[in-house]
Amino acid sequence: MIYVFDGSLEGLLCAVYEWFERKPGKTRLVTTAQYQPEAFTEVFEVLNDTKKADRVWKGLQKKLDKGWMRRYYCCYLSEQPQAYAHLFELSCSLFKEAAGAENNYGDPHVLAVSQWAKKVEREKHRMEAFIRFQQTADGYFYCGIDPDFNVLPLIMGHFKARYADQQWIIYDLKRNYGLHYNLDEVREIQVPAEDRHRFKKPAASSLSEEEAHYGNLWKDYFKSTNIAVRKNTKLHVQHVPKRYWKYLTEKQ
Amino acid sequence: MLERVREKLKILADAAKYDVSCSSSGSKRKNDNNGLGNGHMGGICHTYTEDGRCVSLLKILLTNHCIFDCAYCVSRKSNDIERAAFTVDEVVQLTMNFYRRNYIEGLFLSSGIFKNADFTMERLLRVVKKLRLEERYNGYIHLKTIPGASEELIREAGLYADRMSINLEMPTESGLKLLAPEKSHQDVIKPLGDIQNQIVQFKEERKLIKSVPQFVPAGQSTQMVIGATPETDKDIMHTAAAFYKNFSLRRVYYSGYIPISNDKRLPLLGTQPPLIRENRLYQTDWLMRFYGFHVNELLNDANPHLDMDIDPKLSWALRNLQFFPVDINVASYQNILRIPGIGVSSAKKIVQARKFGKLRIDQLQKIGISYNRAKHFIKCADSPYQLKDYQSTQIKAFILAESQSKYLKNDSSQLILF
Repeated sequence: MIYVFDGSLEGLLCAVYEWFERKPGKTRLVTTAQYQPEAFTEVFEVLNDTKKADRVWKGLQKKLDKGWMRRYYCCYLSEQPQAYAHLFELSCSLFKEAAGAENNYGDPHVLAVSQWAKKVEREKHRMEAFIRFQQTADGYFYCGIDPDFNVLPLIMGHFKARYADQQWIIYDLKRNYGLHYNLDEVREIQVPAEDRHRFKKPAASSLSEEEAHYGNLWKDYFKSTNIAVRKNTKLHVQHVPKRYWKYLTEKQ
Repeated sequence: MLERVREKLKILADAAKYDVSCSSSGSKRKNDNNGLGNGHMGGICHTYTEDGRCVSLLKILLTNHCIFDCAYCVSRKSNDIERAAFTVDEVVQLTMNFYRRNYIEGLFLSSGIFKNADFTMERLLRVVKKLRLEERYNGYIHLKTIPGASEELIREAGLYADRMSINLEMPTESGLKLLAPEKSHQDVIKPLGDIQNQIVQFKEERKLIKSVPQFVPAGQSTQMVIGATPETDKDIMHTAAAFYKNFSLRRVYYSGYIPISNDKRLPLLGTQPPLIRENRLYQTDWLMRFYGFHVNELLNDANPHLDMDIDPKLSWALRNLQFFPVDINVASYQNILRIPGIGVSSAKKIVQARKFGKLRIDQLQKIGISYNRAKHFIKCADSPYQLKDYQSTQIKAFILAESQSKYLKNDSSQLILF
C-alpha cells in the first residue's frame, strides 16, 4: 500500500489518521512530488483535513513530552522524504504500543527521527551563529541565508528576543520567504521575483556608512585572534563547513 | 580616528588571544528591558579561527600596558612591543556594533595592570556599567578579576558580569614563583573564594526574594599554562580537581605554552606548543566532570603522566581489565560510562533502549558508539564467544592498528625538556 500526501505537516498527520481508520497493513508514505505509479501496489491519496490533523496532533501531545514534540516538529522541518516516512511509521507505532515507545532507541524509526531532529537542530544552531547582519542605509539589519533545512520557524524566537531594539530581516533565499521584525512583532515576508537579486547580495551603495568600517574591524579581529603556530585547518573546516563561508563577513 | 581604533583593536586583540576561555554559556540573562541581547544558556560560537578555536566573544584587553614582568606573558613590562589602550567608549561602541551584527555573543574584557590593581579594576567596571545601564546591553560579559583589587569593586563588577575569571597561570606555586616572582597563588585564591561566597549568598537570597539581582550567573573559571614549567600531568590535574572542588569552578582551561620569549627559564622560541598533551588534559578534565572518574583513578603516583598515544579513558580501562567485560544489557549507567568508545549521550540511549529488549551489536553501532574500540570491553546479546583472554598490551595494539590518530601528521614526539 502506498499513501500519497502533499508534503505538509497537516497532510502527514492526516495520513496517520487515515491509516488508523483503514488499517491497511504495511504502508509506505510518499509525497506527491516523489510519487511514481507502480503496477502492483494500491495507492491512497491523503486529503488534508484540519480536524483530523488536529486530532492526531493532540493525540501525539498526550503521548510525547515537550522534548519529543520538538523533535517531531524538527524532523518534519528537514523536508526530507525519508524523514516524513520515519515520522509516519513512528506515529503509527506510538499509537499502537504502550506508553514510552519513543524511548526505544533500538527501533530504527525512533533512532532515525531523533537523528533527523538533531541534524535540523544543528542547522538551526548554525544559523544562530553564522548569520551576519549588514546594516542598510535606512537602518535595517539584513541577512540572506540558504539553510539546508527549513529552520526559519525555529530561529525566529531567538532573534526576536535578542535584537529587540533594531529592525531586522532574515531572508531564506532558497525557500523564498523571510522574517521581518518591526520593533513590535515578527512578520513573514515574500519578495517578488524581480526584486530577488537585490536580496542575494545587497549593493554596497545601499548599506550604511559605518557598515564597511565594522566589517573591516571584524575581519581584523578575526585575523589577530588567530594563533598561527597552532594552525589546524581540518578542525577549522569541520566547525565552519565551507558551504557557510559565503555568509561570513570574516571569510570574504 | 577610525583608523586608530583599527590599530588598537589589532594590538589589543592580539595580546588577549592567549586567554583561551571563550565560552558564552551558563547565563540566561533575559532581555527584559527591550534592549539589545539575550543570554543563550548553551552559548553560541559565532565563528572559529584557523587554529580551530571558537570565537564567541570579543576578546580584548583594555590596555596592554602592564607593571608586572611575568616571563610567560606577551604583555610583560620588559617586552618590546607596541602598547595601546582603549577608552571606555571605544570598547562600548565596538561591543554594541559587533553584537548588533551577530558577530559575537558578548564581551571578554581583560587588562594589563596599569598604575595599580584598583585603578585597573575601576576602569573595567566603568565599561560594564556603561554597557548594562546606559546601552541596555544584555549580552554576555566575561570579566577578568584583577588580583589585588578591592573587594568592593570586585563585588560591584559581579553584579554586571556573567562570568568572572582569574588565572592561576602556573599549576604549582613553585612554577609561578619561578616565572613571576611578584605573584603567588594566594592572590588568586582569595578573590576566587570571595566571589564564590557571594555567588552562594545571592543564590540563597534569590530563592526567597525574586528581585535579588543575579551575581556572576555563569560562575567562575580559571586557566593554567602547561608546558612552560616542569609539572607532571598529575600535578596539573590534582590542582584542577582541588579548584573544582573548593570553588565550584565552571571550567579550568589548560593552555599549551606558546613560546614567546628568549627567557632561559622557558622553552625555546620555535618549539611546538604541546597540543597533544593539552588535548589529553582536557579529556581527563571531562572524565572527572562528566564521567564520574576520580582524579586519583586517572593520575596517581604510579602513573604521573597521561599516555600520549591513547586517550585517558582507554588507558584507565587497560590498567583495570578486571572491570571488564561490562554487560551492556545489565550494567549500571555509571559503569557503561566507563567503557572506552561510549560517551554520555550513547550511554543514556543504551539505558533507555535496553528496557525494550536485549541490545545487539548492530543496534549499538546505530546508536553511535565507537564499536571497534568498545568491542574489547563489552558483552551484548550477540557478542561473539571469545576463547582467549587478551592482555592489555594486545588490546592496545589492536586499537592503535585500526585507528588513525589525528595527530600522526604533526606528531613531533615532544621532547622532554627538563
